[in-house]
Parts: sequence; structure tokens; C-alpha cells
Amino acid sequence: MQGKGSAISIQHITKSFGSFKALDDVSLDIAPGEFFSLLGPSGCGKTTLLRIIAGFEEPDQGEVLFDGTSVLRLPPEKRPCNMVFQNFALFPHLSVRGNIAFPLKRKGLGKEEREERVDELIRFVELTGHDNKKPGQLSGGQKQRVAIARALACEPDVLLLDEPLSALDAKLRQSLLVELDEIHDKVGITFIYVTHDQGEALSVSDHMAIFNEGRLLQAGTPYEIYESPSTLFTASFIGEGNIFPCTALSSRWDEEDDEWIITVDVPALGRTLEVTDWGPVEDGRRLYFSIRPEKVRIVAGDVDLGPGCFHGIVDEPVYAGYQSKFYVKTDEGATIRVLKSHTTYLEEGPGIEWKDRVSVIWRPADGYLVKEEWHEET
Amino acid sequence: MRKPRKDKAGIMLAAPMGLWVTLFFAVPLLIIVTYSFLKKGLYGGVEWEPSFDAYRQVLDPDFIAVTLRTLWTSILATLTCLALALPTAYAIARSRHQTLFLFLTIIPFWTSSLIRIYAWINLLSTEGLVNNILLALGIIKEPLHLIYNLFAVILVLVYMYLPFAILPLFTAFDRFDFTLVDAARDLGSSKLGALVRIMLPSVRSGITTALVFTAIPVFGAYTVPLLVGGMGSTMVGNIIVDQVQKTRNWPLASAFSVILTLVSLIGVLTVLRGGRKDKKSKEVRT
Ligand SMILES: Nc1ncnc2c1ncn2[C@@H]1O[C@H](COP(=O)(O)OP(=O)(O)OP(=O)(O)O)[C@@H](O)[C@H]1O
Ligand SMILES: [Mg+2]
Repeated sequence: MQGKGSAISIQHITKSFGSFKALDDVSLDIAPGEFFSLLGPSGCGKTTLLRIIAGFEEPDQGEVLFDGTSVLRLPPEKRPCNMVFQNFALFPHLSVRGNIAFPLKRKGLGKEEREERVDELIRFVELTGHDNKKPGQLSGGQKQRVAIARALACEPDVLLLDEPLSALDAKLRQSLLVELDEIHDKVGITFIYVTHDQGEALSVSDHMAIFNEGRLLQAGTPYEIYESPSTLFTASFIGEGNIFPCTALSSRWDEEDDEWIITVDVPALGRTLEVTDWGPVEDGRRLYFSIRPEKVRIVAGDVDLGPGCFHGIVDEPVYAGYQSKFYVKTDEGATIRVLKSHTTYLEEGPGIEWKDRVSVIWRPADGYLVKEEWHEET
Repeated sequence: MRKPRKDKAGIMLAAPMGLWVTLFFAVPLLIIVTYSFLKKGLYGGVEWEPSFDAYRQVLDPDFIAVTLRTLWTSILATLTCLALALPTAYAIARSRHQTLFLFLTIIPFWTSSLIRIYAWINLLSTEGLVNNILLALGIIKEPLHLIYNLFAVILVLVYMYLPFAILPLFTAFDRFDFTLVDAARDLGSSKLGALVRIMLPSVRSGITTALVFTAIPVFGAYTVPLLVGGMGSTMVGNIIVDQVQKTRNWPLASAFSVILTLVSLIGVLTVLRGGRKDKKSKEVRT
């Protein structure tokens, strides 16, 4: 069932509904066979972009290329991509078999060949024994499998998935996501996966793109997106951050570690800090400093943990099973969020409770700069 | 101990409904059926003497011609209604001004049907609005015969019962999930193919309801053929009225009523069965 997978190039796509700009000059390149996620908050234009790729919506401007060829002039039924819809969109009057056979009939496959292919697909998505059920008699997860089998029936080059798991409960979502990843590995075609769940996107994508208000903010590997978000929105949308406005003071090249060390002044923390980056930053430039809560080390009591150590009290501990979150109020008056995993072998010192004095620190290499300018009022 | 009491409550609650149906539906029907098998009284009414006279009279060639015409007029009017109602209901369901259009659809019901028929007479008659306009524009030299014929009967019947077809169809389209059409196109259907293969089966129950709601009143119509029809367009409804009021042959009127009811019943059952059978055969096929 190995397909080939198309490279998709989206170039300067703009789409307005009346005076409302749903997509604003979006350009993206997706490599053949990759699992590509579109991530963004509700209403940012993800579905609109997917519908433009599928052919249900026409862009005002821009191009959509499959392997270098424009598909904009093709109607949806002629495009080499199939879609898994958000609410499954199974045909209620057709059985599981009927739904999966539908695209094969349209393609004009003979009865024998068709039945064979349907059987193969039903086995593939593990729905054996449910062949003759109507969609109304299936569970959410089963419906999802039918939708996927139906979309894969004609061996498309690209599979478009519009929040395919959002209608399912959390547990099922996890296991289906893994299955989806496996299906992707097996069929080898390009997956474009729309979601507003960052966990899903980070865990399965080869590359992902972050959208907000119709604009593409950043595209890259999950690692790049998480570790070095390029905009304030991405930094705060993906994961959790302690984000503070800062001003670059000086940059110096560190021979030993092969990186730049930037000294920044962070008024909110009442300190100047060192943070590493790929290149130098113009002195006096206004940007943001950020450190992820899970990268902050927290120790009970007033302990000197080295340069860059903060002391403070625990304002609010939040217990969450496998980890705890602490809001630490530093003596300088800033609040730093800290995540601490409850792994016993890492446990250091006594437990930390509300109003305890604590010390926190992080490595300069774990902090990062978000190169978006801040203004006085923010 | 509890169950019997519950049952009793059920019967008590159902009683008004049962009484209603018996009084206003079963009893009149029974009277009509009985009358149709009696001898006609001299000045109307019936003689209490069993007889098949009425049904023998029904088989008169003139009456058979009227019955057949009624059938064919009704089928034509009903299908025209459906053909107009399908796109209209679809458009209303997809429109942003649903409420407004639904409101416009039911506005005619605020006026007596008789007044609306007279309005049509004014429009269609030889000195009516349509003819006057066409004459004034020089499109025609002689007034057209737009009224007192089968054309006028079908036109006005369609006008009268169109809302009964639009409303159930609207409900069906409104409930329909239009992403299914997108899905069908995505899976290789043309636009028309998607509508026929996916949307039509989903609104089938609406179509059935629309058929039944229009066919039954159209089939029993009598004011419309009486007021805008001519000699060549009388319907069974008119025969019944004539037999009651003029000829005073109540058994014959009853016999026609029985036939009307039976044909309607058979028609409705066929349409309903057809819908259900279609569903089943599809299940097996796919
Ligand atoms: N047909 C339409 N007419 C008018 N506005 C539309 C239409 N389709 C989408 N929009 C608007 O475009 C914006 C983007 O919609 P879209 O469905 O692409 O969002 P989304 O990112 O998929 O959101 P969600 O996560 O909630 O599905 C929304 O503000 C929406 O209201
Ligand atoms: Mg969406």
C-alpha cells in the first residue's frame, strides 16, 4: 500500500471572506511523504487553507503546487489528495463497506477488484466484522477508521486531515494518534494534519507550521519550534514559558562551546543575564527573554546554586500527579514558573510546600531569545 | 403493584386521543362506507336496503373518464409541486435569510383559499391582468384562454399546495450535513453526482412527506376545478359534491368517497413502502 507522496508548495495564498482576511500571504513548502502539521488557535484559518488545498475554496491570490504543478484549476474530485473531515462526514445511508467502496466506484473499478480493495482496507484499519454496520452504529474511533480507510481507498498522494481526533475523548485520541503515525509510515504519502493540540503536533510531525490570525508565523521541526520560537506568539502558544521583555547589552563569541553568549538586561527579573544564541544580537535591541518552566531547577531553602541563582518563596504549588508546578516569587518581585517532575531518583532535598523559601537556577544555554520587539506599553 | 397502575394511567392518557380519532375519523368513515352500500333515497338520503347500485354506477364510462383524469391531473400537479419545491427548499435551507423565506412561504395561509382562487381568476380570465399586459405589450393579438381548462386547474393546484411540499423538504435539507457533499466530491463525485448520490438519499424521507402532503389534498380537490376548471377538467371531488347537492345520490357520492380514500391510501402506502424498500435494497447492494 506504499504510495509516492507529493511535494506541496503553497505560495502567497491570500483568502478573504468579505472584508475578513482568513489567510494572509501564506507560503509553505512540504516535502514528499512527510507528516506536516498546521497548528494554531481556533479561527486562525487552518481549515480554510486545507479546503483551498482540497479545492473546496478558491484563494484570492497565490498558488498551490503539487510536485511543481498548479492544481488550482482542478475541481476537488480531480485533485490527487483526499480529506479526512473533522466530523468524519461518513455517508449515513451507506454501510462501512459502502462508504469505503464509494470512491472506488467513482473511479470505475470493477466489482471484483473493488471488493478486494475494500476487504484489504477494512483489514488495514482493523474494522473486520463491522463491514455491514451503518455509521450510526459505530463508535467514534471506528468512525474515524472508516473515514481514514475511505480517504486512502484511491491511494491519494496527499492525505489532508482536519482535526481528525478532536471529536474523540483524550484516551482514544492518544492511541489513534499513534495509529495514524503508523499508517503514515506504512502508506508513505504526504500527510497534512490540522490540529489545535500542540501535544499532537509536537509528537508526530516531521515539520509543523504555526498560524495565528491568518498568518504563518513559523515553520520548522517540532524541536525548532519548541526550542527556539521566533515570535512571541509561538513562544507563548507552544508549551509554557517564562517570558520577559529584555534589552541586549553585549554579545560575545564563545570559542569553547561554539556559540554566542548574549548579555541581556531583564528589568522584570531585576538582573542582567547571559543567554546563548546562534548569532550576535545588536546592542540595545529590545527583545524577549524566555526560559521554559521544566528547564528551571528548584531546590528547597536558600542555597547558593551559582551565578544566576534566584531566591524566593513558593507562591502557589500546583500538584499534577507526575509533576508539580510552582509559582516562585523571587526576592526581586518577579514570578517564575517552575515544573518539577516527580521522578524519585532525581529527588533532591526535602519536599517543597506553600510559602517555603526556595532557590531556582537555569543554565544559560536553556534560555532563549525571542526576536520580536517590545514597546513601552507591553 | 406499580405496573398495573402505570398501565391504567397510560390508557387514561391515551383516551382523549382515542375518543377524538373514533369520533371524528372512524365514525364518519364508517357512515360513508355504509351509505355506499345502500339504496339511494328519493330526495337525498338513503333507503336502508343493501345494494351495489352505487358501485355499478361508478363504472359508467363518463365517471371512469373523470376518475382517470383526476388521477392524472393529481400526478401531474404533485410532480410539478415537487419539481418546484426541491430547488426552492434547497435554496431556502442554504440561504442566510431562512426565516424570512419560510415566513414568505406560509404567508398565503393567512388568507382564505377561496379568496386566493378568486385572485387567480382575476389574473387569468380573458380580461384578466395577464392577458391585458400581454395585449398592451403587443405580444398577443387575441386574449389567451388561460382559464376554465386543465392548465388553469393544474396551475392553481400547484400554487395552492406548493408550501406543503416546500416545508417538509426544507426541514430535510436543513438537517442535511452539507460537508457530506464536499466529502463526496473529494472522493471523486462530480457536483451533480454528489447531489444525486449523497444528498438525495438523505432527504428521501422529506420527499416522501412532501409527496404525501401534496398528493392527498390535490387528489381530493374540488374548489379549484370548480372555480377555474371547465367542462373538461372536473375531478372526482366535483362529482361527489354534485351527487350530494344536485343529483342527490348519496350512495354514489359515498362510493366515490370510498374510492378516493382507497386510492389515496394505496398511493401513500406505496410511496412509504417504496422509500423503505429502497433503503433496504441499498443496504444489501453495498
Ligand atoms: N465560508 C466562510 N464565510 C465567512 N467566513 C468564513 C468562512 N469560512 C471561514 N470563515 C472565517 O475564516 C476564519 C478562519 O476559519 P477556519 O475555519 O479556517 O478556522 P480554523 O483555524 O479551522 O478554526 P478551528 O480550529 O476553530 O476549526 C474564521 O474566522 C471564520 O469565521
Ligand atoms: Mg477548522
